[in-house]
Amino acid sequence: MTTNPKKLAKQPEHPLDDLIRTERIPHIWCPGCGIGTAFSSCLSAIKATGIPYNQFTMVSGIGCSARGAGYIKLDSFHTTHGRAIPFATGIKMANPKLKVIVFSGDGDLFAIGGNHFIHAARRNMDLTVICVNNLTYGMTGGQCAATTPNKAKSTTTPLGNPDAPFNLPLLAYAAGASYVARWTILQTRDLTTAINEAIVHKGFSFIEVLSPCPVNYGRRNKEKPLDTLKLYQDRTIIKNGADPARADIDFEKGVVIGKFIHIDRSTCDDRYTELHRPCSDD
Amino acid sequence: MAFWRVPLDAQEIQVIRGMVCIIDDRCKGCGYCIEFCPKDILHFSDKFNRKGYHPPVATKPDECVNCHYCEIICPEFAIYSVEIPAETVQK
Repeated sequence: MTTNPKKLAKQPEHPLDDLIRTERIPHIWCPGCGIGTAFSSCLSAIKATGIPYNQFTMVSGIGCSARGAGYIKLDSFHTTHGRAIPFATGIKMANPKLKVIVFSGDGDLFAIGGNHFIHAARRNMDLTVICVNNLTYGMTGGQCAATTPNKAKSTTTPLGNPDAPFNLPLLAYAAGASYVARWTILQTRDLTTAINEAIVHKGFSFIEVLSPCPVNYGRRNKEKPLDTLKLYQDRTIIKNGADPARADIDFEKGVVIGKFIHIDRSTCDDRYTELHRPCSDD
Repeated sequence: MAFWRVPLDAQEIQVIRGMVCIIDDRCKGCGYCIEFCPKDILHFSDKFNRKGYHPPVATKPDECVNCHYCEIICPEFAIYSVEIPAETVQK
């Protein structure tokens, strides 16, 4: 029983409770996992666009981050492994008015679904792809992924990863994405603004979100979740408009974050309508 | 201290006041809100929630300026702040 007269009689609801399936909360993500922050940032961005909720669809593949589609109280689609972008492409082609958001992880989008990603970017499909990059395969137990940094330890590389990781913004840019940004979960306000811009942007938008995985990446690399966030605070360089080729992830020399690319290019839907539906009214 | 001057309109500026609301049973005790609160008003509480974690507690609730940072960094949708209307704030 409270004696504080300033305290309201009934606690107000969380501002995002209208967008999440509250009966499924608390979610499955581990304590200290950044996916929840990226997800809530995405929800805030959806809210901030002011577009009616029935014009959004969230599509996700398989993995920790992909569970997001099950927690959002919008039309959402949890698809097969790596195939989130093909499903999203289908949704977008069938109903071009929808705003389709792909919320998935690095393993799903770049290892298993790498080809789908580059071809959707090449065709400039009007999708918003949010990739939560936790540098490992979190759900299956911390195996070495396509994004695991060089020398980082994982279940399958106990002595350190000998290979170089993917530079995701460069890959997206080279494949033809028209909006490319990278933020960490610590720069939450910038991340929300970026997702908001990406939703409004017409064309293939790609946002990489660096996020800690304390259980399967941090534990093997001696990083507590707060250490990872300190790393994001101290070793990141915000440089909007930077060359994506310089944005490789190496915390020793600093990770470049920011909005890299924001250009206008005709989308797949525009070109398809022009070429194949010459008589259509709309 | 000597290097700081008081702004001329310091008397007129209304500092926004907020109230931190915590949904204890959603918290998983990651400590992000506690670490990154700019006013440093949150601390781990001694009590346990239903899942066995220590949720945060606002030890200096009157100092909240409603910046919403705890709300946006929380991965669990467990903490948020609401603005207290200026007329109800007691000096």
